[in-house]
Amino acid sequence: MQVPSGYGLYHQNYIAPSGHYSQGPGKMTSLPLDTQRDDYYSGLYTGSTQNVVTPSTVNQQPGAQQMYSRGPPAVVGSTPGSFRGAAASSASHLHTSASPPYSSFVNHYNSSALYSANSSVASQGFPSTCGHYAMSTVSNAVYPSVSYPSLPAGDPYGQMFTSQSTPPVRPVTDNSFSGQNTAISHPSPLPPPPSQQYHQQQSLSGYNTLSWSAPGLPSSAQDNLIRNHTGSLATTSNTPTNTVAGSLPCPVMQNVLPPKSSPTVSSSASARTPPTANRPVEPVASVAQPSEQLQQKGVDSSSTTSSASPMPNSYDALEGGSYPDMLSSSASSPAPDPAPESDPAPASAPASAPAAPQPSKMAKPFGYGYPTLQPGYQNATAPLNSGVQPSNPVYSGFQQYPQYPGMNQLSSSLGGLSLQSSPQPESLRPVNLTQERNILPMTPVWAPVPNLNLELRKLNCSPDSFRCTLTNIPQTQALLNKAKLPLGLLLHPFRDLTQLPVITSNTIVRCRSCRTYINPFVSFIDQRRWKCNLCYRVNDVPEEFMYNPLTRSYGEPHKRPEVQNSTVEFIASSDYMLRPPQPAVYLFVLDVSHNAVEAGYLTILCQSLLENLDKLPGDSRTRIGFMTFDSTIHFYNLQEGLSQPQMLIVSDIDDVFLPTPDSLLVNLYESKELIKDLLNALPNMFTNTRETHSALGPALQAAFKLMSPTGGRVSVFQTQLPSLGAGLLQSREDPNQRSSTKVVQHLGPATDFYKKLALDCSGQQTAVDLFLLSSQYSDLASLACMSKYSAGCIYYYPSFHYTHNPSQAEKLQKDLKRYLTRKIGFEAVMRIRCTKGLSMHTFHGNFFVRSTDLLSLANINPDAGFAVQLSIEESLTDTSLVCFQTALLYTSSKGERRIRVHTLCLPVVSSLADVYAGVDVQAAICLLANMAVDRSVSSSLSDARDALVNAVVDSLSAYGSTISNLQHSALIAPCSLKLFPLYVLALLKQKAFRTGTSTRLDDRVYAMCQIKSQPLVHLMKMIHPNLYRIDRLTDEGAVHVNDRVVPQPPLQKLSAEKLTRDGAFLMDCGSVFYIWIGKGCDNNFIEDVLGCPDFASIPQKMTHLPELDTLSSERARSFITWLRDSRPLSPILHVVKDESPAKTEFFQHLIEDRTEAAFSYYEFLLHIQQQICK
Amino acid sequence: MAFTFAAFCYMLALLLTAALIFFAIWHIIAFDELKTDYKNPIDQCNTLNPILENVFVFNLIHICMRIRKLVLPEYLIHAFFCVMFLCAAEWLTLGLNMPLLAYHIWRYMSRPVMSGPGLYDPTTIMNADILAYCQKEGWCKLAFYLLAFFYYLYGMIYVLVSS
Repeated sequence: MQVPSGYGLYHQNYIAPSGHYSQGPGKMTSLPLDTQRDDYYSGLYTGSTQNVVTPSTVNQQPGAQQMYSRGPPAVVGSTPGSFRGAAASSASHLHTSASPPYSSFVNHYNSSALYSANSSVASQGFPSTCGHYAMSTVSNAVYPSVSYPSLPAGDPYGQMFTSQSTPPVRPVTDNSFSGQNTAISHPSPLPPPPSQQYHQQQSLSGYNTLSWSAPGLPSSAQDNLIRNHTGSLATTSNTPTNTVAGSLPCPVMQNVLPPKSSPTVSSSASARTPPTANRPVEPVASVAQPSEQLQQKGVDSSSTTSSASPMPNSYDALEGGSYPDMLSSSASSPAPDPAPESDPAPASAPASAPAAPQPSKMAKPFGYGYPTLQPGYQNATAPLNSGVQPSNPVYSGFQQYPQYPGMNQLSSSLGGLSLQSSPQPESLRPVNLTQERNILPMTPVWAPVPNLNLELRKLNCSPDSFRCTLTNIPQTQALLNKAKLPLGLLLHPFRDLTQLPVITSNTIVRCRSCRTYINPFVSFIDQRRWKCNLCYRVNDVPEEFMYNPLTRSYGEPHKRPEVQNSTVEFIASSDYMLRPPQPAVYLFVLDVSHNAVEAGYLTILCQSLLENLDKLPGDSRTRIGFMTFDSTIHFYNLQEGLSQPQMLIVSDIDDVFLPTPDSLLVNLYESKELIKDLLNALPNMFTNTRETHSALGPALQAAFKLMSPTGGRVSVFQTQLPSLGAGLLQSREDPNQRSSTKVVQHLGPATDFYKKLALDCSGQQTAVDLFLLSSQYSDLASLACMSKYSAGCIYYYPSFHYTHNPSQAEKLQKDLKRYLTRKIGFEAVMRIRCTKGLSMHTFHGNFFVRSTDLLSLANINPDAGFAVQLSIEESLTDTSLVCFQTALLYTSSKGERRIRVHTLCLPVVSSLADVYAGVDVQAAICLLANMAVDRSVSSSLSDARDALVNAVVDSLSAYGSTISNLQHSALIAPCSLKLFPLYVLALLKQKAFRTGTSTRLDDRVYAMCQIKSQPLVHLMKMIHPNLYRIDRLTDEGAVHVNDRVVPQPPLQKLSAEKLTRDGAFLMDCGSVFYIWIGKGCDNNFIEDVLGCPDFASIPQKMTHLPELDTLSSERARSFITWLRDSRPLSPILHVVKDESPAKTEFFQHLIEDRTEAAFSYYEFLLHIQQQICK
Repeated sequence: MAFTFAAFCYMLALLLTAALIFFAIWHIIAFDELKTDYKNPIDQCNTLNPILENVFVFNLIHICMRIRKLVLPEYLIHAFFCVMFLCAAEWLTLGLNMPLLAYHIWRYMSRPVMSGPGLYDPTTIMNADILAYCQKEGWCKLAFYLLAFFYYLYGMIYVLVSS
């Protein structure tokens, strides 16, 4: 059963890259599909073009191979039916609610869903945003369809999903609430990808449970809890995977006894029989019929492939590995389950029931994904594919599981050989970097999913909020050192979420010794006690926790939302306050010197403020104030009752005082008219100023005095070097040194004035946000300190001018809109805890580290990201899982004290190969970038660059030494690391770290600040932009968002070789979009999309695509809008003509190409190879 | 037996080294506090710095300030009796002290950008590497001062007896 599906899946997976352009919606598909199929066949039958290692596998390991390949076909005959029958029976359960236990579970879930729908609306106003970059399909996909599936309408997860790609979602929800019947009889286009995941999860589950439950969970009560719980999930969600999870505990036993993989197979063989016996149970004949056909097809082709071609062989083996596990689990699950056991006859039905959906679902992707492919492909597969495909690494992560036993065994006996001779997971497939020409996948790269069993994975934290550079944590520091990879976490804790369970309860359950919040990964020893997963202390379950508000039932602590979600938010009691929650307080400190007035930012700011005054987050206590400064400091008395704003000038900048401390920060609602008057008047108040000096330091001191009683947010707008009073700065940049390849100086602050001020502010819960709009050097390195240590954020608009540089003006406008209206948390602290044995090493981001694991954040905003380096202090041999928990305690703008808790759970591995298999290359790159910034400030830029190159060299040579028998001349990387050199090269060419290219010091420092404070999703785009060809957009593979068709062109590699003269290309750099128009670009495109008759007439500075009523214009615009919607800061668009001077801006992002000062990608690879061989 | 300048130097150094030992111990304790203070973050050092006392007080900044206050005196004292030994022409003793003197000078030259005197930047001190380094530094200095203490004692008696 598994095989066909797997096969079908594989198909998906395999095709996706090439199929991206050919996956067509609509009727034109036949041709592309053919090609796909051809592709596929060729892949299958003409031998492995891709993987040279696999064929050899066949020869070397005939035994194992055969075992695997023989297994499936044999099984197929008997199992499908049985499964099908089971499926039917479970379906009937669902519909009739015949079986009490299951129906009760269903209930539970329904109500839970209700709960979340009613009480937990924490939506942030950026739903689509989240949808998009939250898309990291894997986890999310699991989320929507699995965890709250039974709730059709109110399912928030479902909605979230919808916003990102509508069509795939519909089917999901349909399936999940209409039961298996639908799933089988009119298989929807959707299945392949989800089932792919599921499938992976299954394959994994068996093994993982083993490791998971082996150490802990002594009592059977615990087992029961788990089983009940998963069982319930299985039934409700109707997804195949759950089934396996439901019966998880069993494979444990089976597997534990026979440690090798081969015995497992045999056990599966015997296990197969019970379900077969159930076959007659099948009540719904009509359902069974189609599925059988599908299965039949699956069987045919699968058996052929398995015996014929080497390609599927590795695959097959993987399948085979998982297969027995799955079967055995489903077969034996009834045994330990106490309830069914008491009465065997019904027991067998429910027991196999969970197993049932599996085949049906599996058959479907197969049947659909392959021979009867069209319907599936037409609508939904493509988008989903785009989601799933990237998970290649992910995928493989799981694949390796089935054959873990075999692999471990081999690696012990054969040493380095094992990697080659055993069928290996995709992420470990060695890639010869110098020979692989197209290293970049066609679709975005997604986070790998940790190798956990399904149940845990489903509960695990979304990779958007919480990612680890190694999804398999090495057991000891020695192993980590051997792997030469950075270990760390990347956090985006305050991300805008569309759905978040909010929990109000009197007692927040926490571990008594380490203060960990209760989370899904704790174990319940019995009803009354739980064991902390971080420090292993056994705690009591408080009385209140025994009552479950979702089910309104008593005695089910493991079903509380805290234990069902890894991201939750608690409303904190007064124990969590040091003082009453502060109101939202905003202070704007504005530069009004001549320079600032020239630049004209005041108009834009005041306009934005006027527009968004009502949308500023806050409650009735919200306070606001304004200060302006040039060589003196101006305060504005806005006290209610005044007829007009009163300006108070303080010219004593050496000893700043507040003229009327009480009336400078005023209630927003009481003084709204005055505030509006002021905002209308401000832009014109200083038009004739001749004052060129800027007393920023004293102004900040005044702001600090003003804010210190309450705390809040200070927004500083500065346009030049501060030249008066405390904190004055000198120009340190030598323009002749901009393109120096040697030493880059002055990356650190010139004075500690701003740092000290920031620390004082931080102590008074005040964050300082800096908007630097300058045309000259302004020593951002020093100024940035005011935001860095007070947990503020930094925006930089080089050469800002409201008329001369309209794109910057537009960017400021958009950024301000987001800045003013986004969510904000005050007086926050964030604590990161991790399992005993691990420890925090260094933190990256904007904050002040208060103690070893506590970050003080005066403000927290949804666009702030953090990184943490970890070290392994004690060996983790006695545990198989490690957990990380971040708790963010903050005061919401409504004056509520809240705690947002994220928990991430990862497996521990003991072999080097597994460590490599679980590398999250994007996270690793982001962490390395953070470390490199630190290094370049504390040591030097060239040191940092060397460290980056060494990171690649070390890790690849470490990997090379594990595969001893491969030819040493080639540069080999595991598949999971194949993008590592590319990304490092991209980093070296990034503004922050590049040398040789003229880079202004402020630009460089700003890039560094961004690296430190951006969350991973945004940072990755900054490091490695996405390039798309947009002059031939088609609806093939398009996704549908809000009734709009969004084309999905494939990613191009960042090289000029891809830029054909007759094309138009879009580059997405995160905060900027470039559209490059080739000289020979089709006039139709120019006319239809750009609205110009021909290439020559395209204006030099074009920042908008006109809204034209043509198909290609619509497609291009909807694609760009879709990309834009996926991020909080709206990027600006530049249309770059091939011959315009602006094209250097564009070409500097083509990181695979050679520049005068830097390697091309290929040269870089050779360089690395040289270093390794040295 | 006569009371020479060298003997006076040794006696002075003996007393000052006792003070340095005390400083080193304080240094170690302060960093240890830093490392473990999350158990009881707020009230530990309020007594030491009553001016800044408020609920949001940062222990860390205080400890840094405290250490900062001690670092310069320590360096000055050490430099002072190095000069004394130079004057007394106790070349061996001076030679033994030179590495530490050089280290102190290097340490002070490479301190982070700071307006006041001091070595420790509260924003980076919690970095595990720096914290570990500082602790190790404290222990090494303690050991050095203890050995030096007994050496000075021996030196003093030797000078007194031999002359």
